[in-house]
Amino acid sequence: MTTPLLTVRSVKTFYGRVMALKGVDLDVNEGEIVTLIGANGAGKSTLMMTVCGNPRAREGMIDFAGQNITRMPTHEIARLKLAQSPEGRRIFSRMTVLENLQMGATTADPSHFKRDLDRVLTLFPRLQQRISQRGGTLSGGEQQMLAIARALMAQPRLLLLDEPSLGLAPLVVRQIFDAIKTLNAEDGLTVFLVEQNAYHALKLAHRGYVMVNGFITMSGTGHELLERPEIKSAYLEGGRH
Amino acid sequence: MEVFLQQLINGITLGSIYGLIAIGYTMVFGIIGMVNFAHGDVFMVSSFIALVAFLLLVSLLGSSSIALVLFVVLIVAMLFTSLVNWTIERLAYRPLRGSFRLAPLISAIGMSIFLSNFVQVTQGPRNKSIPPMVQGDFVLFTKNDYPVTLSVKQLIIWIVTAVLLVCFWYLVTRTRLGRAQRACEQDQKMAALVGVDVDRTISMTFVIAAALAAVAGTMYLMYYGVVSFADGFVPGVKAFTAAVLGGIGSLPGAVIGGILIGLIETMWSAYFSIDYKDVAAFSVLAITLIFLPQGLFGRPDVEKV
Repeated sequence: MTTPLLTVRSVKTFYGRVMALKGVDLDVNEGEIVTLIGANGAGKSTLMMTVCGNPRAREGMIDFAGQNITRMPTHEIARLKLAQSPEGRRIFSRMTVLENLQMGATTADPSHFKRDLDRVLTLFPRLQQRISQRGGTLSGGEQQMLAIARALMAQPRLLLLDEPSLGLAPLVVRQIFDAIKTLNAEDGLTVFLVEQNAYHALKLAHRGYVMVNGFITMSGTGHELLERPEIKSAYLEGGRH
Repeated sequence: MEVFLQQLINGITLGSIYGLIAIGYTMVFGIIGMVNFAHGDVFMVSSFIALVAFLLLVSLLGSSSIALVLFVVLIVAMLFTSLVNWTIERLAYRPLRGSFRLAPLISAIGMSIFLSNFVQVTQGPRNKSIPPMVQGDFVLFTKNDYPVTLSVKQLIIWIVTAVLLVCFWYLVTRTRLGRAQRACEQDQKMAALVGVDVDRTISMTFVIAAALAAVAGTMYLMYYGVVSFADGFVPGVKAFTAAVLGGIGSLPGAVIGGILIGLIETMWSAYFSIDYKDVAAFSVLAITLIFLPQGLFGRPDVEKV
């Protein structure tokens, strides 16, 4: 077995004195879709941001593509081709859609720009129509597409997606999940997906992790987790969500 | 009418200088949310750099090739002032990032005092003057024995300002650096996530702000022929007023605000009392802050969440 693309080992992250991640272990292998599910406030987004070095892990170790990135500045981590579509989308709202995509390509090889741009615009044709519009004027779904497209412009080896389905209509969610599936199947893109929408995420993913209160409590293939009674009651059958 | 036209010419000239300084305030505020109170003194320092460069060059080259001298002086002033401002950011502001909000502001006031005192001690407290660099006027027309003139100096200031603004506009809207700058202005965390070196971008902002202030400083020296260590404060605060009037954070606002302040000042001097011209200019600051706090071009921040 080859070494994983992303390795997280006993990572602890604090906000002030509050421990948000209490020793997280997790792997993402090349070519996989891995999902992390859990309730609000479990620490999912914190883990995503910790991987990118903001906030920084106080203890533990994070390896990406054979390099220890635990102490690396955020922009240098991005240069290793680790791209994130973060919580809340964080579109540059006073920049146009095209400029947002150009920002996404900051670390990418400029000679591929045209090709990458065509690729993401084929994937999300809606962005083509909005290309010279300001990011802040887009609808929620379009902004989410833009956030993903922006991350893709970096030609990432690993794409971190934080709740891409949040607040979107079911049809749009399907479009976005289809796009993730296509990217993984056709381009071999490795995806690490954080979701509250557990059913869709687990159906899409090869493997999944469940996070509760800053701990990973369960892991397994998507199918295994979907069948687990605890998961069903907590995340699927309209239990708490 | 002729007085009005003459004052219009004078006002636009003065306003161009304010506008160039105001861009520095507005850019720095835009990217790190700090009013850089030392910026007026950076402008004054640039004037002194231009003065020294000018005197050196004239003694080397003679005053025959004045266009070349002026050009070289401008470049030298821009380079050295950029270096000064880059250093200030590195030493006095960057270590305070992430500290409480007022810390860099206090540090900026400290730098302002430091710069003016440093120049006072090293260059002496008296006005420094240079022999007139450029002479000559164009009489546009004469009416009632009152010639409306545009001096060569004024023309140079207009042209240099216009060219610089076009270059600057291109830099901000069309280049990678400009985009990175605007991205940092909106969301530093996200900018870092896409791979922008935020610290470096902030440094570059200070460099560009200083380069524009140096253009203003050189033009100021050429226009008035004298400069003193205390000349940073008043033009600095007026340019700050211009930035607030235009809407702090807005680049076109800074330029237009600068020209408006220049016009208000010259018109007031012509029609009311020249002694109170600064009062008029500063009243604008108070009035803007009370009735139009977002300024003329301030963004109304309509954002979808």
